[in-house]
Amino acid sequence: MNILKLISDIEKVDPEVYDRFDSRRKVFKHMTGMGKTLASAAVPGFLGAVFNKAYGQTSTLPQGIQDILNFALKLEYLEYYFYNKGLATTGLIPSGAGRDALSVIRDDENKHVAFLKTALGISAATVVVPESKFDFTGSKGGTRAALFADVFSNYQTFLAVAQSFEDTGVRAYKGGAAGLMANDTILEAALNIHSVEARHASHLRTMRRGGPTVAGAGTGASPKSWITGTESGGAGGSITAPIYGAGASGFPAEDNVTQGGVNLQTALSSLNFPATAFTEAFDEPLDGTTVTNIVLNFVVGTTL
Amino acid sequence: MQRRSFFKVAGASVAASTLVLAGCSDEPDPTPVAENILAFNSFDAQGNVIDDGILNYAYLLTQLEAAFYQKVVAAPPADLQQGELAYLTDLRDHELIHREYLKAILGSKAYDSGAATPLEFTFTSFTLTTRVGVWAAAQQLEDIAAAAYNGAGKLLVVTANLLALAKIASVESRHAALAHEMVQADSFGATIGADGLDDTKTPTEVFVLIQPFVPIKLSAANLPIS
Repeated sequence: MNILKLISDIEKVDPEVYDRFDSRRKVFKHMTGMGKTLASAAVPGFLGAVFNKAYGQTSTLPQGIQDILNFALKLEYLEYYFYNKGLATTGLIPSGAGRDALSVIRDDENKHVAFLKTALGISAATVVVPESKFDFTGSKGGTRAALFADVFSNYQTFLAVAQSFEDTGVRAYKGGAAGLMANDTILEAALNIHSVEARHASHLRTMRRGGPTVAGAGTGASPKSWITGTESGGAGGSITAPIYGAGASGFPAEDNVTQGGVNLQTALSSLNFPATAFTEAFDEPLDGTTVTNIVLNFVVGTTL
Repeated sequence: MQRRSFFKVAGASVAASTLVLAGCSDEPDPTPVAENILAFNSFDAQGNVIDDGILNYAYLLTQLEAAFYQKVVAAPPADLQQGELAYLTDLRDHELIHREYLKAILGSKAYDSGAATPLEFTFTSFTLTTRVGVWAAAQQLEDIAAAAYNGAGKLLVVTANLLALAKIASVESRHAALAHEMVQADSFGATIGADGLDDTKTPTEVFVLIQPFVPIKLSAANLPIS
């Protein structure tokens, strides 16, 4: 009797079969579940343990995966510093729901920074990108006219830039996902962060259309919580247009209605849905070069 | 193995009679239990992992959500606030498009491609006569879908399929955040853990959660676990 085949066959019926044979795997499974309940302060060290168990030393991570994680880390720094500065700016963010939400988002971005540093084997104390690297007005350290001169004095501008960063983040993580397929643990983590960025983007869009301040409907119709077409350029007109536009070959704009080689708007015309629905139903990925060029508008110097 | 051979041929099948071993007993001949089970298959004839099972899994989730929003939009609760029907209509449109898209890329491999009628889902556990009931139900379904997609990505082997599901996944997360806010303001991040990561669920966990809505027993036994 082939015992391995037997176990393999049992696994088809009972996915947990290995747990019954292999206590190490069981321990790992339990540790994964614990993540949600641990105090945040204890999380980075804990994650290090999980990551080491999952795929060994960071030095063994393929260069391609390290590059994607390093790029993601820079984007998370951009977001974290942005929210942190906004929250620290007197009179910018009103107290109450808005401040609460932006604090949650800021903290999430900070955790993403910590998470990615752990995955890359970078010590928590190391500042990989200093805050001085970013200029959120878009003036690149005063070397050109500001793109968003009132980003830290006008709440609506601040929210508009925030939405732009989150929508960019969703596209960037989606663009990076294919390059992480060789490592299940990292791919899953990246997809989870991707999902968080999408929740942030959705909420910021709800905030921008003026609701809900109490449970209930938003007071305005625009922007929707999802991306419609190319958003007429987005929150900052021509400045933010590349966030919703096409990237490199194989990365269509957000108004794409062709999925899997099928023009869905045509194929499903009998549904009589508005054309916008076909663009809203799918978020498009974006390549690293295009994302870099978008982000460089908020970076002092010529490299991220 | 006879049971496995069946799945190799049939892929996924509705109302197929399959055998479930009722635990490992010491008796020489454990009595098999016959049940009607919907099990998506992710293994080809050589035992290699293919994506058909996970795509069918996603297809089932989109069917479930589309059916839910179709029901709600067809008979919306009277106390919806201004703008909410437009949200729900968008949600219905998106889910129906997701459903039809996955059905199209699965083609004859869709688990119900040979079925005369699609599965009829049951939503009797929800209160669909009030806006709070509708949004609480939407929140539940969208959170399940978002967590399911977060967990499904690593189970896929074809890059194009990962991208296809990722394009849908973030839209589900956007939906989920809105549904949360319709129930309680500022609760968009309720599923995000202390590590800053969103919730992830395995097909086995998802099947437990959606089983009450699905009129046939679901099994993840033939789906990959890594």
